[in-house]
Amino acid sequence: MDFFLQPLTLVTFFPLVGVLVLLFINSEKKNLLRWTALVTTLLTFGISIWVLSQFNASDPDLQLVAKYDWIQVAGWTINYYMGIDGLSILLVLLTAFLTPIAILSTWTAVEERVKDFMIFFLLLEVGMMGVFLAQDLFLFYIFWEFTLVPMYFLIGIWGGPRRIYAAIKFFLYTMAGSLLMLLAILWLGLYTGTFDVPTMLAKGAIPADAQLYLFIAFALAFAIKVPMWPLHSWLPDAHVEAPTAGSVILAGVLLKMGTYGFLRFNIPLFPNASLQAAPWIALLAVIGIIYGAAVSYAQRDVKKLVAYSSVSHLGFVMLGLFALNAQGIEGAILQMINHGISTGALFLLVGMIYEQTHTRELSVYGGLWKIMPVFGAISLIVVLSSMGLPGLNGFVGEFAILLGAWGAGQTEVYGTVAYAAFAALGVIMAAVYLLYMFQKMFLGPAGSITQEHKLRDLNWREIAILVPLLILIFWIGLYPKPFFALMAPAVENLVAVVRAAAMGMP
Amino acid sequence: MMPDTNIFVILPTVLLTAWACALLLLDELVIKRKGITALLAAAGLALALGFALMQTGSEMTGFSGMVVLDGFAHFFTILFLLIGLFGVAVSYDYIRRMDIERGEYYVLVLFSVAGMILISQATDLIVVFLALELLSIPLYVLSAFANPRADSEEAGLKYFLLGSFAAGFLVYGTALTFGATGSTSLSAIVASINTGSANLTFLLAGAALLLIGFGFKVAAVPFHMWTPDVYQGGPTAVTAFMSAGAKAAGFAALLRVFMIAFPSLSVDLTPVLWIISAVTMFAGNIIAIAQTNIKRMLAYSSIAQAGYILMAFVPYGNPLVADTAIASGLFYLFTYTLTSFGAWAVVIALEKAEGKGLEINDYAGLGRKYPGLAAAMTVFMFSLTGIPPTLGFVGKFYLFSSVIAGGYYWLAVIGVVTSLISAYYYLRVVVMMYMREGAPERTSETWLNVTWGASAVLTVVLSLVPGFIFNWATQAVLKIF
Repeated sequence: MDFFLQPLTLVTFFPLVGVLVLLFINSEKKNLLRWTALVTTLLTFGISIWVLSQFNASDPDLQLVAKYDWIQVAGWTINYYMGIDGLSILLVLLTAFLTPIAILSTWTAVEERVKDFMIFFLLLEVGMMGVFLAQDLFLFYIFWEFTLVPMYFLIGIWGGPRRIYAAIKFFLYTMAGSLLMLLAILWLGLYTGTFDVPTMLAKGAIPADAQLYLFIAFALAFAIKVPMWPLHSWLPDAHVEAPTAGSVILAGVLLKMGTYGFLRFNIPLFPNASLQAAPWIALLAVIGIIYGAAVSYAQRDVKKLVAYSSVSHLGFVMLGLFALNAQGIEGAILQMINHGISTGALFLLVGMIYEQTHTRELSVYGGLWKIMPVFGAISLIVVLSSMGLPGLNGFVGEFAILLGAWGAGQTEVYGTVAYAAFAALGVIMAAVYLLYMFQKMFLGPAGSITQEHKLRDLNWREIAILVPLLILIFWIGLYPKPFFALMAPAVENLVAVVRAAAMGMP
Repeated sequence: MMPDTNIFVILPTVLLTAWACALLLLDELVIKRKGITALLAAAGLALALGFALMQTGSEMTGFSGMVVLDGFAHFFTILFLLIGLFGVAVSYDYIRRMDIERGEYYVLVLFSVAGMILISQATDLIVVFLALELLSIPLYVLSAFANPRADSEEAGLKYFLLGSFAAGFLVYGTALTFGATGSTSLSAIVASINTGSANLTFLLAGAALLLIGFGFKVAAVPFHMWTPDVYQGGPTAVTAFMSAGAKAAGFAALLRVFMIAFPSLSVDLTPVLWIISAVTMFAGNIIAIAQTNIKRMLAYSSIAQAGYILMAFVPYGNPLVADTAIASGLFYLFTYTLTSFGAWAVVIALEKAEGKGLEINDYAGLGRKYPGLAAAMTVFMFSLTGIPPTLGFVGKFYLFSSVIAGGYYWLAVIGVVTSLISAYYYLRVVVMMYMREGAPERTSETWLNVTWGASAVLTVVLSLVPGFIFNWATQAVLKIF
């Protein structure tokens, strides 16, 4: 019993209780199924708040550790090892926060096979939580790969017309990256005799010549997930075909698993290789920022536009991470959260209008503000937040990232401030495509769709979904201090590791 | 009277053979309902399993060193008896439904299992050959059991011809080895090599021919040609039994003979094994993509799986990693057995008379109509791909770790690349079941349901607590007696 009452074990596996309950509910009782899933995820969110209350923000190390022997075979030991620190706490909270919102958004959107949908969704939450909490590479890999399975079904069963193609592409693409990481994990395990990362770190540095290969193997897995240019091509397909709730979780949490992987494994385990790779990563990140923004602007499908904007936004996160200084990394972590909130909200908004009109073509829209004022106002706030207007959440993260990238440009890490300069250009481009979208949909003369459908404004359920997100948009924008305070000590620790490695390098 | 240790060493084999002979008579003279024969066959297997468990921990040789009882043989004995029990369970309803119910069926299964157990204990090339024939001949008959269905007869004939051909290689290899070393006993062969009295050219030729002979049995490329036709044509229950049993038996013999007798040849043989393993993984997985018949797809999948198991065998000459490599190979073999039996059981549940219901397209809509069956099949497909949390993942993890420990990084890379390729066709079955509409019909029968249900549950649960299988596999180290 002791095992299950650990806060981190509980927050990870609690959704399984919901799965068990769902299994025994008649598939025809759709509302009961929905409520069960919602209550489960809300309780999980409650547990995550309990975790937060136990969390000591001034401690840079892993906390609330749950560690048990698991498998011991000649040559290696595997532990069940969960822990949380400043790098992961915000992501855990984000996961617990977005999942109930996503489930609430399916209330009328998903009518087919509700039971299966909810089961897969809860399983997905288990996988995501596990990824952010596992401190043993074997355990991490299990959770990492496991998240593929429910997401594959969510896209493949409840997705759009090309769902099967998108689901298989998503699965194979991601798996391709992870398999090389698996080999790297095995090498590390054999070399150090353990799979748990803190012990690995305590055993001292990994030989510099091996670091680069290992870095690349890990980076490939994470870069596909992020996705970094040029490995992003699965993302638009998956996003466009996925049901709204799937897109929200995909953009909100799953992509963060990639950036988190860099943060948790690549940088501390291979600091020398990280320093070597930093300019290259920055280059790809900046290309991603500009490319994502340009391609977004070219889209005629709203959902695709939002999907490509993720490529651009995640480019910022990568640029901040590999600045390898405190501002950059803190900005990147905050930007992960911001992107989850803003892009999650954008997908929800797109889903809400799609549910009424069944089209996402930009050209048929126009003048929606007059017909749907609440929808218009909320959309405006979210759009402004996504493009980084000062006073809203996006600005804080992007500003810190640019500051970090600029700082890294003045040292050897990036070598040139050009990355920061081009990234700043990306901020302007974001304004272009987002305002373009807003203008097309909400302003100007009424579009053809308004004649075909009698559009209604948002109902109370939809507003209830969006309000928590709006609160966070303003909160982070106006008073980000508590968020930074949660991660700062852990980030300082990480930066110190990199700095020590830099000292040892020629 | 002192118990005879010779008999004790091969007790499960003796019991099964005697039981099978008795059952043959009983079936002919006494038993009216063939279901009873099945139950008695299962009882015999269970009894043998009891004796095998009684042998746990014993290490001894018998019949002047021709057979041995050790951890390795013990592992395989239990594995083969479980395969036998599974085989009877999936056949019970199937052969009645396909109207091929005859009592000899179960007797042949028992004989074949006896041969499999004997081959894992053989420490003399002559015994290896005898055991191989004992396990193969019943399988030839079983493959043709659905006569007068033409494809079943074809399968039986094809298997028989190619199997005899392979046996020829084996005998010739044995002869050359005997010529080179003056003995067919594995320990005497080693002694002869160590003293330098062996003719190394003939020895290498002999070993190469033995490798070809075993290569046929485990269905490694390029000796795999018979596999798809036999697997497709044979009665599905036989295919299930054969794909797990014959493959495991081939590996048991291959491992023991090469690990014990030919480690000194590893300089020449390791590159060969490397290539066979790589080519098998590539060919099996790539050709499987093109299949539309589930039995053929699983046949190519089983070829590919042989390639993975062979990976564990590549560093066999390196004493530092050989033990863990073998343990990982055995672990993977267990994983494969459990998963493939489950998958075949699902195929049997959906097969109709006249070979209908065997196209992958026939699986459309399964997820909606029979959620349990589809979920089980999904587990098996993910396990064969190596996606956690399934036993297949743990198996691959262990397997790749031993390949990396041996320093064969590129082979490990080929292993993961081909796993990725395999994901494509395994996922296609899942796509069919969950993402396409259809109205499949299944047969529900207690023992069949138990087989796929238990396999699916075990595939997931054991992946979370694999400790004791690890221990079981690591005790199966080979040494010279």
